[in-house]
Amino acid sequence: MLTIKEYVKAESLAQAYELNQKKVNRLLGGMLWLKMQNTQINAAIDLSGLGLDFITETEDEFSIGAMTSLRSLELHEGLNAYTQGAMKESLRHIVGVQFRNLATVGGSLFGRYGFSDVLTMFMAMDSYVELYRAGIVSMEEFAAMPYDRDILVRILVKKTPRSFAYLSHRNTRTDFPVITCAVSLLKGEPFSQTASASLDVPDASFAGERNLQKTFVTQPVRVCFGARPHRSVLFTDEASRLAREISEESIEAFWNDVDEKLVTGTNTRASGEYRRHLSRVLLKRALLQAGGKNV
Amino acid sequence: MTITLTLNGKKITDQISADCLLIDFLRSHGALSVKRGCETSNCGLCTVFLNDVPVLSCSMLAARADGQTVTTLEGLQDEAEEFGAFIADQGAEQCGFCNPGFIMNAIALLRENPSPTDDEIREYLAGNLCRCSGYEGQLRGIRAFIDYRQERSRS
Ligand SMILES: Cc1cc2nc3c(=O)[nH]c(=O)nc-3n(C[C@H](O)[C@H](O)[C@H](O)COP(=O)(O)OP(=O)(O)OC[C@H]3O[C@@H](n4cnc5c(N)ncnc54)[C@H](O)[C@@H]3O)c2cc1C
Ligand code: FES
Repeated sequence: MLTIKEYVKAESLAQAYELNQKKVNRLLGGMLWLKMQNTQINAAIDLSGLGLDFITETEDEFSIGAMTSLRSLELHEGLNAYTQGAMKESLRHIVGVQFRNLATVGGSLFGRYGFSDVLTMFMAMDSYVELYRAGIVSMEEFAAMPYDRDILVRILVKKTPRSFAYLSHRNTRTDFPVITCAVSLLKGEPFSQTASASLDVPDASFAGERNLQKTFVTQPVRVCFGARPHRSVLFTDEASRLAREISEESIEAFWNDVDEKLVTGTNTRASGEYRRHLSRVLLKRALLQAGGKNV
Repeated sequence: MTITLTLNGKKITDQISADCLLIDFLRSHGALSVKRGCETSNCGLCTVFLNDVPVLSCSMLAARADGQTVTTLEGLQDEAEEFGAFIADQGAEQCGFCNPGFIMNAIALLRENPSPTDDEIREYLAGNLCRCSGYEGQLRGIRAFIDYRQERSRS
């Protein structure tokens, strides 16, 4: 059971950060995951009064506040147009509408859960988290970082021209996924091109020795597997198997590279072997879909 | 701590503990339609509207509803009664325990999307579990209600 001694509606990120340095205190996102835990919290630090529930879109990026609900992401026309509906597809299977109205994107990503649809989807995009203390970190770096007591403030998604596909497999509807797969392909030939840009983040009102600029190189292919059941991982096409075309043969060659590195495990929902089998199937379908082939 | 919220059109101020859940606050103020089922955010029995948006009251602190507007089935009597008759007509409930949460979310769906397809109905209501009916009766009931509304607006 979750017990809470004191409820604090944070008045600034600085105050929330300060309070969160004590192990007995916890940040509140949507509180859905926290509620499942057997934990005694001294001060529950509510971030809902800090104006972090927003999605803004400019010509070259989306900026998403940490307290934005999964339902707002799912319904956002700009995000769905940019991802060709993959954003909605990644979220619509999570429990129910009432649940997604409460669950936050900040809590979903900060947890880096081994079942996460949300992390899988964001990793297939050129996306970054902005942490109160550590500044801007790429989603794949963040996914691998150990847990600390920083605050996820917002998410940045660069609008590099990409085509997306998102697929997941569940044993029953609304259950946790058995495996998730998100892919994105840089649009335009040749696939091996690289692009770079810098994230231009206007200095925000909060303090901290933070890295507010990041140069990035976008990969032609981003393939992400989640619910392995470990944290989502990213694969790029280092050997350029998919550089010339997306076909059953090139996908098979790419899968062989992935197969050597992909770690899948066993839990009550599925065996590691079954997950590996599904990964191959979903990878093929998702790449064909993103590559504009009939599936 | 003290909170003030508007429940079904009435302003309420009360003392709560920091970890008081919204469901307990609502039930203690007479909103007994709000049921506790799974308590793991899965079943949708505890659905209420927070500022007209359907949420799970079992998974939200009452403290977070401070200054907000909460609506339960008790506050939607007319709307719920009319719709509920169509559900009953189809024999779409047995024990009826899931019904308040289901009706709340069906009302939310029809406010958001007055003419949903069957797939849109199934998707919107996926978070409302019912262990008796198999959902087909509920789907028929919603369809019949939508048809009736459309017929009524035409005539
Ligand atoms: C029954 C159930 C089924 C689920 N099914 C799925 C599923 O199928 N697919 C899926 O992808 N997810 C699923 N989830 C996870 C869910 O979608 C959310 O990701 C999860 O509840 C966390 O989001 P939250 O807003 O509730 O965070 P909370 O529970 O509030 O917080 C989670 C953790 O993150 C910390 N935190 C919250 N916000 C921040 C922040 N801004 N910065 C730093 N730390 C923060 C909290 O202190 C806490 O430790 C499920 C969860 C539940 C309870
Ligand atoms: S009791 Fe709230 S979702 Fe089941």
